[in-house]
Amino acid sequence: MAETLRLRHSFLVRVTHWLTTFSFLALLVSGSEIVVSHPRFYWGETGNVNTPALFTIPIASSRAAVPTGYGYVLPDQNGWSRYLHFQSAWVLIMTGLLYVAVGFSQGHFRQNLLPALSDVSVTRLAISIAQHLRFARPGAEEAWSYNVLQRMAYLLIIFVLFPLIIWTGLAMSPSFVSAIPAAVNVLGGQQSARTLHFFLTGALVIFLLVHVFMVVLAGFRSRVRAMITGRASEPLERV
Amino acid sequence: MSKLSRRQLITTGLAATAGASGLVVAARLADRYGLIPPDFGGIYGPGETLTYAAQRLLTRHSLAREFSQRQISRDPFANEVAPLGEEFHRLQQGAFSDWLLTVDGMVTRPASFSLAELKSFPRRSHITMIQCEEGWSYIGEWTGVPLSHVLELVGALPQVRYVVYRSIQPDWWESIDMADALHPQTLLAHGMNGSELPVRFGGPLRLRLPRQLGYKSVKYLTRLTITDNLKQFGKGLGSASPEGGYAWYAGI
Repeated sequence: MAETLRLRHSFLVRVTHWLTTFSFLALLVSGSEIVVSHPRFYWGETGNVNTPALFTIPIASSRAAVPTGYGYVLPDQNGWSRYLHFQSAWVLIMTGLLYVAVGFSQGHFRQNLLPALSDVSVTRLAISIAQHLRFARPGAEEAWSYNVLQRMAYLLIIFVLFPLIIWTGLAMSPSFVSAIPAAVNVLGGQQSARTLHFFLTGALVIFLLVHVFMVVLAGFRSRVRAMITGRASEPLERV
Repeated sequence: MSKLSRRQLITTGLAATAGASGLVVAARLADRYGLIPPDFGGIYGPGETLTYAAQRLLTRHSLAREFSQRQISRDPFANEVAPLGEEFHRLQQGAFSDWLLTVDGMVTRPASFSLAELKSFPRRSHITMIQCEEGWSYIGEWTGVPLSHVLELVGALPQVRYVVYRSIQPDWWESIDMADALHPQTLLAHGMNGSELPVRFGGPLRLRLPRQLGYKSVKYLTRLTITDNLKQFGKGLGSASPEGGYAWYAGI
């Protein structure tokens, strides 16, 4: 039976989706390497091995000065990690600006991501959550439109978590905050910004895992094909 | 059909030429206005160049945050340094009275200053944060002579673009552009928290550059070289940091 294919994702969504994916993965790997050189976190302006930590990650470090309890020191990977981290951050920021600017001008957020008012009710949300918790394979219509939880999750990622992780990242830059001191002052200090940056990474990683799991549940091949080629099968042919 | 192809070819050719010359002009302009870091090559060059250019356009004159007396860290961390060598220990035994800072390069009056002379120059203090690229930090009060004052004394030529600075420790050298060299918070620091700068923190003399990460605040300073071109130093990447895989510009 011949499949009828039609456009599911616009060119903008597809390109920015994968640019974001690759830059986020590069930021995650390089960011983790940077954390390894000092796996201790603090609150406030300053913190170092002479001050009590808010919490520590129980891993070995790439610096001998950090008392990790492990008898060995990991190799230093900070040079390329830092270069890659900031270059990927540029890609992420420029991709994000392009996506948001074009997305607004094309009505992408209103049409595809803003939940219908009737869907934002306790009952509808409860039904949607229950469906997700049963790992129910989504209905055919969901190949063509996002459900209410999905819409809210994407809006949260795009307009809250990504802006916050970029902000907390910039708040760690000594030169950036010399121009805009409020960027770090309102966060409670430079070490607070670093700690928040770490927690926001955790939130984004949880999103990534759930997102990939949902894609697998819905049909990995068809969903990934739709995000690459833009085409998806007509709902009726899908069965 | 062939007509259309020819037209397309001409249009594409013109567009490509315009694009390429646009890029060349942009690169020339960026270089002229000092927006290209010395480590602009390689796969991470584009990111470094964007960062450095953005910072130079947005934050050329901005001042690093300064803190209050009670925010000074009670337990600052002195990062480990390689063994300091015989020469250093000889100078240390003489209470650093023979310590010299040599200033040369593109200057009208090359000079060497003793610690006593440097301490007699106008001094400035600031309470600022030192941040290590690893993620830790502390706040201290730094006292020293502004680098701009020394550059004025030796008569730096108008066309100079960088200050190369060296530690008594071999192979430890850095450089900064004139925006940072002439910045009022850039100090040749000889004091910390109200007393002499301790050896563990870089005493008797270290550069303090609060708008960049700690590794640019080189300890045990012995020599400044003023130049208009970084190509002739080391591998031409600007400092020892890029040679070791770290960014030359550490303001992020």
